[in-house]
Parts: sequence; structure tokens; C-alpha cells
Amino acid sequence: MFLTVIGALNTGFIQTMKLFAVTLVGALPLGLLLSFGSMSRFKPLSYLTKLVVWVIRGTPLMLQLIILYYIPGQLMDHSPWPGGESGRFLASAIAFIINYSCYFCEIYRGGIQSVPVGQQEAGLVLGMTKWQIFFRVTLLQMIKRIVPPMSNEIITLVKDTSLARIISMQELIWAGYAFLKGSHGYSGLLWPLFFTGVYYLVFIGILTLLFGYVERRLSYFR
Amino acid sequence: MSILEVRHIEKHFGATQVLTDISFSLEQGQALSIIGASGSGKTTLLRCLNLLERPDGGSFSVRGETLFDASDPATQSEAQVRQKRLHFGLVFQSFNLFPQYTALENVTLAGRLLAKERPGFRENRREIYAEIERQGQELLARMGLADRAGHYPHQLSGGQQQRVAIARALALQPDVLCFDEPTSALDPELTGEVLKVIRSLAEEKTTMIIVTHEMAFARDVSDQLIFMDGGVIVEQGDPHQVIDNPQQERTKRFLRNYQS
Repeated sequence: MFLTVIGALNTGFIQTMKLFAVTLVGALPLGLLLSFGSMSRFKPLSYLTKLVVWVIRGTPLMLQLIILYYIPGQLMDHSPWPGGESGRFLASAIAFIINYSCYFCEIYRGGIQSVPVGQQEAGLVLGMTKWQIFFRVTLLQMIKRIVPPMSNEIITLVKDTSLARIISMQELIWAGYAFLKGSHGYSGLLWPLFFTGVYYLVFIGILTLLFGYVERRLSYFR
Repeated sequence: MSILEVRHIEKHFGATQVLTDISFSLEQGQALSIIGASGSGKTTLLRCLNLLERPDGGSFSVRGETLFDASDPATQSEAQVRQKRLHFGLVFQSFNLFPQYTALENVTLAGRLLAKERPGFRENRREIYAEIERQGQELLARMGLADRAGHYPHQLSGGQQQRVAIARALALQPDVLCFDEPTSALDPELTGEVLKVIRSLAEEKTTMIIVTHEMAFARDVSDQLIFMDGGVIVEQGDPHQVIDNPQQERTKRFLRNYQS
């Protein structure tokens, strides 16, 4: 029984990891683009970006998942999402990337704006180009400042992946819950659901060590 | 011919006129001090010369080359601004050292980046970098910081940081070195070590513009002195003359605050 449960939970955990990784890969660069948009001197772009960030951060991710997955099917003859787990994963990934890029956007913006303007001016009077100033002077200072809020947000993301269960994506919690409802010839089994907590704990423990390492690596300057 | 000619510079921020009809000239090897109350436009003037602000009127030239002319758009192209800035060096009130680089790296960074644009850089990269590093070490030694080359800014005192910043500005060998209240962010006991360095630069005939609140220092070190108030030059001339025997009522009133 134990091996059956672990096997099923591992499968769910792989889906969780896939959603986590895809969200990071998509939302980290998209968030940076959004932050440039929100800081743009072209006002319509800056207002539009701020509106999007407000709507996405102002509504629950669970609701966004439901809307993205079910509403297109209501409007068209049939759902545009591929059938089965691949469709649920795709919809989840898109919803997560959009949602998390809005949070990352604000973290990037805070990081960029917290680097004193004097740093840029010092670079300018030394004849550096804008790109040289960004890559050689500001970037590392910005990264140092965003590591703590970013690690917070990324740790939250690990646990938020469980929200994809609302559209029946077969992630870790779904896999644990299945033993309660009945699957693999078992039903009414409660401990697999509780046991999923161990997976989250261990994985977040590893992430915490990783972020601590990055912070230490950047602690040589202030 | 003067190394720096400033003619009729005007600058306003919105409706506020910050600089009105600023004209002066500076000879090679001379030091000019600018004194005046906060908000009198001294810092804005330095920022205009370093092209961190764009003047609304007037012009200025270095060694006969017009760097900026408000009436001639050809002098204002973005592409040339970077080259033109190199005629000036600027030492900031708040140092603005790059925190993630050591003292030596702060001094050499800009030189290393500029070297990449030199012809024949690829073939001689190692020699060029070695030379830049040697010059950087030498500059730090001149600032009395030979043993601090590997320190990061946060490991240095304010006075040491400002001396690194001076070395950094000198590294590009600007025609005119500008100081924007270089000791205003320092404790009194650290002010002396920075003033000493600036004094030695004056003795070596470095062309300088020094915005400062240190009256005695301005009088002793500079060859020329300007008193600014409300964005205009109220009085200018020999520093001893202006400070010890001011002609204008506004100058007298300002200097009275510094008499103890």
C-alpha cells in the first residue's frame, strides 16, 4: 500500500514541479517586461500595465483559473483547451504565469527604483552608456534588493500550485485526495493527503537553503 | 585662451528660474570656487556643465570646442553627449561609489570600458588593462589609500570613500574636475583629509571648479571665486578680495553667517 501511495504522490508531485518551473520560466521575464511598462514615460502604456496588475492582483488566482479554463468554452461552441490533463495543465500554466508576472512586476519595480539615481549619474559622468550602467552598475544592486521579496513570492508559488486542483489538474494535493475519495483500489485513506505536506516541506526547505546561499553570495557589498 | 568659457547659461525647472545669465571663464591650472547659500544654483551649474541637466540658454566650450549651445541643435545630439561629458569630472556630495566594486575597481571600471572602444584593443587587451590597473593603484596611492585598494566602499570611512571618488574622477583625466560640496556629507574630523587632497591637487595645477561651504578653504586654495545667490553671479574675482572685502550687500550678508 505504501509504495502505491508514494508512486501516485510522486506522479502528482511531478505535475506540481512542472507547473512551478513553467510558471517561473514564463513569469520571471514577463514580470520584468511589465515592470518596464509600468515605469514607461509613455503614459497610456504605464496606465494600462497598472490596470492589468490591479485586476490580476485584486482577484483570487482560483477565480482566474476557473474563468480561463471554463469561460472560453462557454463563449465558443467547444472549449479551446486540449482534452484531458494536457489541457488542464496548459490552462493552469497560462493563468499562473499571468498571475505571478504581476507580482514579480511590482518586486522588480521596487528593486529598480530603490537603486539611488546617483549611481546612474556617477556612471554617466564617467562616460558609460545606458546599457553599461544597467549591466555593470545597477543590475547587481537591484538583484541584491529583490532576493528577499522574490524568495518569499517563489515559496508562495510552490504552495499555490495546489490551486490548479480546482480545474482538476492532477497535482500533488489532487493525488493525495484521490485516496480519500477512492482510487487505486483504496478509499477513505486520509494519511496520503497529510503526507503531501512532507513533499512541500522538503522542497521549500531546499529552496530556502538556495535563497540563503544567494543572499550570502551577495552580502559582500551593501 | 581660457580652458573653459561659460556664456550666458540659463536654466529653469518649470516656472522656477534656477540659473540666470551665468558667464565666467577659467584658465588652465586654475581653481575656481563657487560659494553661496543652498538653493542658489551652484549644484545645478555643475550639473549643466557635466550635461546631467540641459541648459535652456547659453553655451559653453572647453579648449575652444563648443560642447553645448542652446541655439545650435547640432551641439545637442545624444550620441555626442557621452564623449563631451569626458571633458569634465564630477565628485558628488554623496560620493556615489559603486558598492559592488572594490576601491580599485571603482577607479578603473570606466577606463576599462572606454578602452574597448580604442583601436587595437583586442590585440593588446592584457597590456591595456595592466596599464589601467597600474594607473588606478597610483591614483589611490596619491590619495593616501594604497592599502585600501581591495576594500569595498562600505568598509571605508566617508573621507576614504570621497578620496576614492576623487581618484575615480581623475582616472579619466578630465580637462576640468568639478567638486559638488565634497565635504558636506562628512563629519568635521573627516573633512580635513578630503580638503588636504583637493589642496594638493590645486598645488599640482589641476583645473578645478569647487562648490563648497568651506570659506577659509575656498579663499586659500582657489585662484578665482564666485558668489552666487538666487541663480545669478552676484560677485566674482580674487578670493581674498571677495571674502575679506566684499563689495555687494548680498555677499556681505551671506559671509556674515560664516564669521565666528
